[in-house]
Amino acid sequence: MSPFAERRKVNTMRKIVLPLTKDIIKTLKQGEIVLLSGPVLTARDAAHKRLRDALKEGKKIPVVLKGETIYYVGPSPHRKGEVIGSCGPTTSSRMDPFTPLLLKHGLIGMIGKGERSKEVNLAIKKHKAVYFITIGGAGAYLSEKVKSAKVVAYKDLGPEAIYRLEVRDFPVIVGQV
Amino acid sequence: MTRIIDANLITDTVKDLFIKANTCLRPDILAGLKQARKNETKEKARYALDVIIKNAFIAKKKMLAICQDTGMAVVYLKVGQSLIVKGDLKKAAAKGVALAYKKGYFRNSIVNDPLVRKNTNTNLPPIIYTDIVPGNKINIKVVAKGFGCENVSKTRMFRPTDPASSIEGFVVDAMKDAGSGPCPPVYIGIGIGGTLDKAVFLSREAIFRRLGKNSKYKHIARLEKSILKKVNNLKIGPIGVGGSVTALGVSILTYPTHIAGLPVSVNISCHATRTQEATI
Repeated sequence: MSPFAERRKVNTMRKIVLPLTKDIIKTLKQGEIVLLSGPVLTARDAAHKRLRDALKEGKKIPVVLKGETIYYVGPSPHRKGEVIGSCGPTTSSRMDPFTPLLLKHGLIGMIGKGERSKEVNLAIKKHKAVYFITIGGAGAYLSEKVKSAKVVAYKDLGPEAIYRLEVRDFPVIVGQV
Repeated sequence: MTRIIDANLITDTVKDLFIKANTCLRPDILAGLKQARKNETKEKARYALDVIIKNAFIAKKKMLAICQDTGMAVVYLKVGQSLIVKGDLKKAAAKGVALAYKKGYFRNSIVNDPLVRKNTNTNLPPIIYTDIVPGNKINIKVVAKGFGCENVSKTRMFRPTDPASSIEGFVVDAMKDAGSGPCPPVYIGIGIGGTLDKAVFLSREAIFRRLGKNSKYKHIARLEKSILKKVNNLKIGPIGVGGSVTALGVSILTYPTHIAGLPVSVNISCHATRTQEATI
């Protein structure tokens, strides 16, 4: 079997341009594979905790969540001339305690791996948002789908900082709409 | 006969092993994934396996981490009792870890304190186990353990009178609870017997066994096959999209235990199971 067998499949997949809108989300079907292109933010455990703490205290947060898609990832460092290191998804359920609050503040899309809690799935429905699953453990493959990466907040968190990524044809499966 | 080596040799070997473990998927695991792809009939599962296989290809070609979670470094040193290491053995091994993570552009995922949680920015400290064995050589085994699958690993103390079927149920339930979080198709390491810590230790050691090989004990090999079948019947499938392969294999190691106990530990390891080994 050729290692490029996935390319044949990719050519026939539906493409979605980010940022997401409620109209786009309406057309997504659970279990459907789509390719995302456009801007996403990254955030994982430590960044979520900081965002939650700031929002609870009524402080301004360093990113605008309205209409935003967050990718749960902590990339590995990159070599000179590369955009990003290995960058596959981390387990989404660890972000469950923070997600309903972020959805309330306008977050509309999430990308990660694994199942979400009942509470989060209900919140996703309520806010007409979407949870995408991407291919866990395929960090090298997914790094080729990232066209630019820049730290935009919480730089001191290192791999857990919030990055702005520009992705192209980034494969995801619709997990929950 | 007594043999003397410099601790720098330990540093270099540990460094090379971690770089290899994190960038070159084990050939047995890759073969297992390719076999799974061949047998798979569901379209989405085939696609997921294609991406996973291509990922291994890209990682090797670009010397890029297979997975961004390059893990907590675990090092096993089996030191021959006739070997003299000039220098500090454990410090040399830790230095090898730090060099590998820097040189390999691997993620530093270790925090200084489990509650304070400040990144050490070196991926140090590793966890180092040492053992003394006959001979004048040193065997070095390394694991780069990602935490997506580490977090769903489980241990339970069974009654000595509990049947083997209850162990099967425990493992299958652990995988069911884990769902697609630990990046299936997984390799399941199981430790049975000993004490609480011994069972956990064995479950980790079990994933070093070449995929596809079963225990030399017939009753244990039977148990491995039965658990594999039941886990695959969960139909979680690659990355959770459904399909016939949820686990690539099951490896069980056992040890004598106490009349009052039956410790069982399940160490779930993702499809990017990263281990390497060398003897010098």
